[in-house]
Amino acid sequence: MSETTAAAPHGAPQDNGAAPPLLEVSDLHVEFHTRDGVATVLNGVDYHVRAGETLAVLGESGSGKSVTANTVMGILPMPPAKITGGAIRYRGEELLTATEERRRELRGENVAMIFQDALSALNPVFTVGFQIGEQLRTRRGMSKRDARNRAVELLDMVGIPGAKQRVTNFPHEFSGGMRQRVMIAMSLALDPDVLIADEPTTALDVTVQAQIMDLLADIQREREMGLILITHDLGVVAEVADRIAVMYAGRIVEQADVHQLYAKPCHPYTEALLASIPRLDSKGTELQAITGLPPTLTRIPSGCPFHPRCPRAADRCTEIDPPLTALPGGRASACLFAEEMAAR
Amino acid sequence: MTQNSTTEPILEVDGVVKHFPVKAGAVVKRTVGHVKAVDGVSFTLNKGETLGIVGESGCGKSTLAQVLMRLEPPTAGAVRFRGEDIFGKRGAELKALRRQMQIVLQDPYTSLNPRMTVGDIIGEPFEIHPEVAPKGDRQRKVQELLDVVGLNPDFVNRYPHQFSGGQRQRIGIARALALRPEIIICDEPVSALDVSIQAQVMNLLGNLQREFGLSYVFIAHDLSVVRHLSDRVGVMYLGKMVELGTEDEIYTRAAHPYTQALLSAVPVPDPSVREGRSRIRLVGDVPSPVDPPSGCRFRTRCWKATEICSTDEPELKVRSGGGAHQSACHHAHAENLLPG
Repeated sequence: MSETTAAAPHGAPQDNGAAPPLLEVSDLHVEFHTRDGVATVLNGVDYHVRAGETLAVLGESGSGKSVTANTVMGILPMPPAKITGGAIRYRGEELLTATEERRRELRGENVAMIFQDALSALNPVFTVGFQIGEQLRTRRGMSKRDARNRAVELLDMVGIPGAKQRVTNFPHEFSGGMRQRVMIAMSLALDPDVLIADEPTTALDVTVQAQIMDLLADIQREREMGLILITHDLGVVAEVADRIAVMYAGRIVEQADVHQLYAKPCHPYTEALLASIPRLDSKGTELQAITGLPPTLTRIPSGCPFHPRCPRAADRCTEIDPPLTALPGGRASACLFAEEMAAR
Repeated sequence: MTQNSTTEPILEVDGVVKHFPVKAGAVVKRTVGHVKAVDGVSFTLNKGETLGIVGESGCGKSTLAQVLMRLEPPTAGAVRFRGEDIFGKRGAELKALRRQMQIVLQDPYTSLNPRMTVGDIIGEPFEIHPEVAPKGDRQRKVQELLDVVGLNPDFVNRYPHQFSGGQRQRIGIARALALRPEIIICDEPVSALDVSIQAQVMNLLGNLQREFGLSYVFIAHDLSVVRHLSDRVGVMYLGKMVELGTEDEIYTRAAHPYTQALLSAVPVPDPSVREGRSRIRLVGDVPSPVDPPSGCRFRTRCWKATEICSTDEPELKVRSGGGAHQSACHHAHAENLLPG
């Protein structure tokens, strides 16, 4: 047991000795101090992303996937949030203890983020050209004209027709999909090597979603970026991810290669999620719903946080909180039955 | 769900049109155009069946729901409930009709009054229709309804904020069930819910249909959800129904290019098919419903479009194969777009 858990503090097991991770989150703990008490929002999150890799962070609302991303970006509102432990390393450099000045340097330049709701993430009173160019002027010392020209290039790259004319438009003059393209253009302005996309297509229609996911995948391939895709959509994950980290109640409960995860989930939560979704290619009668509700974060159950909803739960699950433990094949699961599930 | 459906029509929708005027001018408002939200939609809902309506935002599916519920007057067209025109009804007749048709809305956070207890929310229909439940009997009826939708009957005095999203949607469903309607119009009932909760609510809707012989008009943008619950499916684009058929016809033999594009864009939760899947990627955005394209409304984004598409508007009719599979495309050709 001790041998297998040794890998856990540094998160996901290092598979086949590939390049060191660009960005690594380890054992991250975050609390929110609320009127109802202390909510344990992150309870030891471990993940990493390498260059040219897409890591999908999959979870339902309240699982902590966005809070992790916001902590990485250093945009968590503190208070009410409080980072109570863990580390975030970018190319080996510790971010949580870095100065605010250093973090600002890294933000955008090295690690950039795009958000779900592009309309509220963009400033309504400035043209998109101004907003994309702003970073280039302040951080790269570009002239107004050069920044504008670069903004046109970026808009063109993300597939906005007539970029030269559209650069003077305001955010409300774009459709939802086009606005998300503007956000992507903005996030790429300083050539980051890690891009965090927080539910980038959730607000979009399915045909537009497909366009945006294709665009993100192309950009990621071309630039060899590390892409962290935060989503709740099991379909989107299956189409684009290389690796998946499944979150539940503030921690990673399973981490695996995309093909492994869908073929043989090794955590009961992942297994139940996959069984509960309606399929496009078949018309079932009854869906296998997961009973109950996700835990309230101010009162996370003892032992494994999933045990009240888990079909496999045994008595010891109420006492032992299993750590994320390495399994054969470079994957990991936080379940007492993980080895049993892996051996099926 | 199919086992209960019949071919006895309960709701006939005939050429429903809903245009919203676009006004301009600061002092004197004048109408400068119309948003053609729904522009001639016809279908029949049979007793005990679920008719799914899919389409992207702005296609008019929610406006259609509002018109069917008589929350918005139609610009043209007729809707008949058991053969009687619903738009002609007034007073007591209208009130009686309202008992038969209820709606479940998308957002369980804003569709419940935060100042009312759950008991009052679910019991409110009884205030309006006291003949359904005499006063002394209401509390018991409300508790029965809570039980039917899988909530603890003791929660009757709680407020909406004390419930999770999935539980609130159950409250919304209980309210819709209160008057024992024949038809429930579900407008995106599960799209605001988390994956693990969505399945619970979908199962509940399926069970209630079997138990009470309900007919559903199930409006959603998620094609997998619609397939799971529907017997027949209609696909809407820019205010028009472009394809209508059985669930199997629409999903495995889609004939309209828009349906095909929709199906091929849905991400499939199976990474083993992601390489080999045929994909149709539409370019551009949906045109404005104020000034839709001439002829076929989809032609500006369609890879099959030819001369005729810009001049002649294709009619929704049976094109090929057999049965009642209708599509509105000059170049309709059935294809299976699903992976595997």
